[in-house]
Amino acid sequence: MAGADAAGEYAVDRAGAQRYAAEWARAVRRLGFVPLSPAETEQLLLTHTLRLADALVGDEAVAPVAQAVGRALVEANLTDPAVIEWSVRAFADRLPAQVLGSRVVGEQVGRGGRAGFGERIAAAQGGLAAGFARALRDRTFEHQERIARSVWQARDTVEQALRDSEARFRAVFRGAAIGIGIADVDGTIIDVNQSFADMLGYPIEEMRQLNVGSLFHPDDAPGMEQLYRELVEGKQESVRVEKRYYRKDGSAVWTDVAASLIRHDDGRPRFTVAVVEDITERYELQRRLRFQALHDPLTDLPNRTLFFETLGRLLGSSGRVGLCFLDLDGFKAINDSLGHDLGDRLLVTIARRLAGCVAEQGYLVARMGGDEFVILVDGDAGVDGVIAVAETALAAVSAPVFVDEQQLIVSASIGIVDSEHVGTSAADLMKAADTTLYWAKAQGRGRWAVYDPERTARDIARSALVAELPLALDRGEFVLHYQPIVSLLDGRMLAVEALVRWQHPQLGLIGPDHFIGLAEETGLIVRLGEWVLRQACQDAQCWHAEFPDARLVVSVNLAARQADAPAIVDTVANALAATGLPAELLQLELTESAVMGSAGEPLRTLHRLSALGVRLAVDDFGTGYSNLAYLRRLPITCLKLAAPFVEGIRGDEPEAADHRDERIVDALVRLAHALELWVTAEGVETEAQAERLRALRCDTAQGRLFGPPAPADTIRTRLAGG
Amino acid sequence: MPDGLPTEIDLSRPSAARVYDYFLGGAHNFDIDRQLAEQIAAMTPNLPATMRAGREFLRRAVRVLLDAGVDQFLDIGSGIPTVGNVHEVAQAANPKARVIYVDIDPVAVAHSRELLAGNELTGVIHADLREPGRILAEARRLALLDFDRPLGILLAGVVHFVPDTYRPADILATLRAAAAPGSHLVISHSTFEDQPQEMLDAQRLSARTATEISLRSRAEITGFFGDWTILDPGVVHMELWRPDSPSEVAADAQRFGAFGGVARNDRPAD
Repeated sequence: MAGADAAGEYAVDRAGAQRYAAEWARAVRRLGFVPLSPAETEQLLLTHTLRLADALVGDEAVAPVAQAVGRALVEANLTDPAVIEWSVRAFADRLPAQVLGSRVVGEQVGRGGRAGFGERIAAAQGGLAAGFARALRDRTFEHQERIARSVWQARDTVEQALRDSEARFRAVFRGAAIGIGIADVDGTIIDVNQSFADMLGYPIEEMRQLNVGSLFHPDDAPGMEQLYRELVEGKQESVRVEKRYYRKDGSAVWTDVAASLIRHDDGRPRFTVAVVEDITERYELQRRLRFQALHDPLTDLPNRTLFFETLGRLLGSSGRVGLCFLDLDGFKAINDSLGHDLGDRLLVTIARRLAGCVAEQGYLVARMGGDEFVILVDGDAGVDGVIAVAETALAAVSAPVFVDEQQLIVSASIGIVDSEHVGTSAADLMKAADTTLYWAKAQGRGRWAVYDPERTARDIARSALVAELPLALDRGEFVLHYQPIVSLLDGRMLAVEALVRWQHPQLGLIGPDHFIGLAEETGLIVRLGEWVLRQACQDAQCWHAEFPDARLVVSVNLAARQADAPAIVDTVANALAATGLPAELLQLELTESAVMGSAGEPLRTLHRLSALGVRLAVDDFGTGYSNLAYLRRLPITCLKLAAPFVEGIRGDEPEAADHRDERIVDALVRLAHALELWVTAEGVETEAQAERLRALRCDTAQGRLFGPPAPADTIRTRLAGG
Repeated sequence: MPDGLPTEIDLSRPSAARVYDYFLGGAHNFDIDRQLAEQIAAMTPNLPATMRAGREFLRRAVRVLLDAGVDQFLDIGSGIPTVGNVHEVAQAANPKARVIYVDIDPVAVAHSRELLAGNELTGVIHADLREPGRILAEARRLALLDFDRPLGILLAGVVHFVPDTYRPADILATLRAAAAPGSHLVISHSTFEDQPQEMLDAQRLSARTATEISLRSRAEITGFFGDWTILDPGVVHMELWRPDSPSEVAADAQRFGAFGGVARNDRPAD
């Protein structure tokens, strides 16, 4: 109570003030947010408690102090209305008793002269409330002003940012090298940038009056309008296409367009934005590259690649395909004689004509290389249709061509293939066409041929034999058979003709008709002939050794090509030397053409052969053209009459034909005898024929009547049997 | 304009920052905000108290960080920092303490800028918690904080505004990765644990502000601290986190539907 003593008649109880402040602090913390710790709150309120208590018991006006405390409460954020309610009530109810003590309170209330204590309490309560209210009102105004100002500032910031952003985007929009356009969902163009306008050749203002739909190109890929519709309907977020636009001047520009949809906040489609790049040059380049990849640079016709692509596609689908494989006749000669430049121009003209003559049907004409062209006849033209196309093409080619004021007449050959005849692979078709073209060529110029699978099979067999021939010789697959040549006077076997056979491992025994021609074509005849000669001499020597009295002659055929070879004399001499066969027991048969063909070397060859001591016979006499004067000078010992003459002699029923053949044989025999030559008749099959030939004084004969060709052993047996 | 931030100021919608200000006794708010605040308060009488408790928790946590020597703070989701704001609490204890406030609300940001004008040790960033990389980049640009020294990252009542689709755990990981050893992370976050139905209903009301609140479990909230060391007493109802005077703690502390926690980065320095 020291304070009370000092003040004289009243006192402030510090401990009471402490308790009061603690209660006050608990109350305000319960009633509203206090940004202070409990201790800090209590400390703050103790200060206010003491100020209020001091003012209450002092002499000065209490209201200003109370007002200051009310304001301080607000400043400490003790702003909840319940706080002031508690504070005002407690000020009257509890503070005097707790802080000032009951004696003081009683005295104060009982004093006269000054304002009564009750009035001071009321004044303080009023001041507290007024100070609080005024401060709260000020603070509220301040907060409201500040938040409003913050809103405006935030708006300014956002708007400034938007303006900056807008300015940036506008700059991007304006300055972009790429075209940008914005349109409504109904297609109305809202804005385009300069690049887009320039690309299509419009002023910007004019483009803003256009509709997206008016810019669609009629040749746009199908479905492009559909894509656009889906975009504006919100079914697609973006589409990317390559499309053409019409420029204002009517020309077309190729573009790469990326269009995207801009939606309203609620998701409804709002705008479409198109970003457009001019790719005309790139597109043209691609188109040109693609064209170049698929076309022949000289004639601009489709090339092999495009042809095979198209053919493959057609073969993949159902339906038939026909091919005309065309090749100019003698083009190499034209090229060589007139120069490649002219040859090229000829090809260009031919290419144009070929393309022109089937343009109406839309058939593909491709240049396969060199002077080869193919016409691809798709659809159901049938073989007749394809032949008609081929004839049209041949006619087109055969019209005179004027190049450099020169008139050229060219022709072509065509191989025709229809897919029905061949398997469905492109390679098979082309192989067949190539073969057929070869046949057409073989027929002469300006012809067509249609593919024939059977002929191909024959050709294949033939070529297989050709391929096997050299191996067959090495493997010893050839054998010799001998056909007796007998005297018509006494029936004695005077000679045998050596005939070669091919003992084929798969095909069995093959006669000379099937392979001698091939051997001649391929040149193998020289080696084969050499073998035949050697083998025949060897067999003959065996017979001679065993039956020396028989004096059996072996007659060997020499092919024209063999007879022409300069080495033939050595070959014969070697064969004789190697086998030991006496030269006079060897007869060489030559064809009329081999003997008569030319002067010079062959003639000398014949004389040298004759000089070896061998006998020479002319085979198939009467089928060629013999110079009789010349024949007289040749070292010939024998003529062999061709089988057809002998065939005509039947003997049993003398008819006109018989008489004529018989007279020919008679004349030939007389001729031979006049030339001091022996005569051998071939192909004698009946005793009647033999009888007639004997009557005509023919010397010797061979044929089935006297024995078919047989192995060497059979001849030996016959010799042994006598 | 940064992506994802508002491009217009729409005063026809309440703002979470202004509703919060109202609950704290401030007048930085409009009728639309107060209407929502009263509606929420009517449905969940505990909510205003929860918000105050959150503010108290932040104050206590900042003091703990200051005692641990942290003198720089990154307060994300600071709202309208009128009463009991971080820089006042911090600078009262350490006049050199530095604070950067971050908020998504452009009005709150403008307000903060005005309030803090002239305070050289504070900065304001307008950014979205969903873009932590941008927050960190902007903070570095202000050159106010030293990321090589311990930092206090404050996420008071804000992570629950980030739905799971935005992967809040990844966002927290990004923020933690930027903080030096000795840094602290303060999180308070609304929860459905121990809560009556009306609290859960109130969550739907909050959708009227810019963002809906995602209530999360204690485990999920604990996960936001990653591998940092969680300080005692752990992730608890906010009032139970190191109260000033134990006697003040109500028996029903769980009535405040939010957890609070603080963790420290004990990773050794690189």
